[in-house]
Amino acid sequence: MKSEMSIMERIAEAARSVTTGVDAGSVEHWVTIYVMGKGYRVPADLTILTAMEYAGYRFVRGVGCRQGFCGACSTVYRKEGDYKLQTGMACQTRVEDGMYMEQKPFAPAAKPAYNIADETFDAAVFLRFYPEVARCVSCNTCTKSCPQDLEVMDYVQAAIKGDFESLAEGSFDCIQCGLCAIRCPAEIVQYNVAQLGRRMFGRYGHPVPEHLTGRLEEIQAGKFDEEMDQLTRTPIEQLEVLYAGREREAD
Amino acid sequence: MNSNSVRLPYYPGCTLKTAASSFEISALASAEALGMELIELPRWNCCGTVFSLTDDDLIHHIAPIRNLIRVQEMNRDGILDNENRLVTLCSMCFSTLKRAELLVRENPDKLKTINDFMYLEDDYNGDVTVVHFLELLRDMGREAISEKVKRPLTGLKVAPYYGCMMLRPKEVGIDDPEEPTIQGDLLSALGAEVVYNPYMKLCCGSYQTMNEKDAVVRLVHDILSHARADGAQVVATSCPLCAFNLDKRQKEVKETYPDFEEIPVLYFTQLMALAFGLEPGFSGFDQNYVSVEPLFKDRQLIPE
Repeated sequence: MKSEMSIMERIAEAARSVTTGVDAGSVEHWVTIYVMGKGYRVPADLTILTAMEYAGYRFVRGVGCRQGFCGACSTVYRKEGDYKLQTGMACQTRVEDGMYMEQKPFAPAAKPAYNIADETFDAAVFLRFYPEVARCVSCNTCTKSCPQDLEVMDYVQAAIKGDFESLAEGSFDCIQCGLCAIRCPAEIVQYNVAQLGRRMFGRYGHPVPEHLTGRLEEIQAGKFDEEMDQLTRTPIEQLEVLYAGREREAD
Repeated sequence: MNSNSVRLPYYPGCTLKTAASSFEISALASAEALGMELIELPRWNCCGTVFSLTDDDLIHHIAPIRNLIRVQEMNRDGILDNENRLVTLCSMCFSTLKRAELLVRENPDKLKTINDFMYLEDDYNGDVTVVHFLELLRDMGREAISEKVKRPLTGLKVAPYYGCMMLRPKEVGIDDPEEPTIQGDLLSALGAEVVYNPYMKLCCGSYQTMNEKDAVVRLVHDILSHARADGAQVVATSCPLCAFNLDKRQKEVKETYPDFEEIPVLYFTQLMALAFGLEPGFSGFDQNYVSVEPLFKDRQLIPE
């Protein structure tokens, strides 16, 4: 049946809550989770997100891509008998027995306006817009809270040193979920600091990509106009075949 | 780098990567000339900046101890061969790291709390000894330094300035806190004429430079005008914050005291790189507010 669906239908299907219509009798393994203190028996093979939906919650916010990319479903939890406060994305973290959780979908975070074209490419830019980075005590709590397993403390330290490249590379996979900022005792908003750093690095630190400049010139000169015209006139069925068979990098 | 060189772990600190890069560049080049390879810690964080004096405030000792763990890791990973001396240049970093080293050595219970807190790291085992670069140079002996001198600083009158952080408190000080000679001894081995300045230990004003600029201007005026009065042509230091106050604040000193005569302030490593005949670029004189170049050109220490 799936092969008959269009690509858009398949994406919609993948993003749909999977718990509607589950027959409880066919579920073998169950766990108990506690959402804001209230216990629920849920099938053991669900993620936090789908388990909460199974329990009857309906998300209108605090959920997004369901694929671990958008950073909207941040969750804080503790397991019974464990002192460690843990974090994860609800769509990527499987429920476990005795999990106490709350959703943390939004982090209030300072985000000053700046124009990178007006800034100098040195560490002072961080102190100008995010002076609290200097309050970092290297406790590493941010790193421990990162659901992407980034070395968050290291990239904050890179900002203090003016090491834009390490900062940009170290924060590249950030999904801006906000968990680091919520836990930071120095009240730093790590992910916004990183975004400033990546923008500065992109503007001043990165070499100009010659292939891109060349390609843009080719586009301007109309090299691809005819192909583009042809593509826009192609029927959707044929486009789908072309898309499925396209040349792509290895997975 | 020849195979006989000594490989030592090295902690730069944030200022040596930004405003005081001339300090780092000249120190690394000089160290290499002396057969020392200073290897930057692969992952280092802020030293902690100011050593916390509150007895139970352990969170502010996490940063320095984490850096000491990095030295352990370098030995564990074979980057170093059983070398536990951690070399510092910035006096402030030296002081914070050294005091943290002593704190956990003398208080195993505090170390345990710190280690438990940093459960993702190897436990710190207490083996690292924080040293200032000046100590290594002293321990090499005057002969080892002077034999590397290609361009003696003969006749150049230099007043060493010590400030607070490398002398006090006494238990971490690298020299006599009242009559230090460690910097002067080095400068004299480089051929310079060392000028005694009774204000060599007077506080430069430190962080007050942000909120109490006038206090810093007064102190800098006293320190530098005494150095001048004693005949100094250059002041040498080992602290980026002292260097900032002593050099950059001369603008305000001049405004407040119109008779004040400006004097260049250099890191001792810049003078060493110059005496060793390393490329002028290594000596990084262009970061200074008060230019040293006219004086050095006049004395033919750098090309016209």
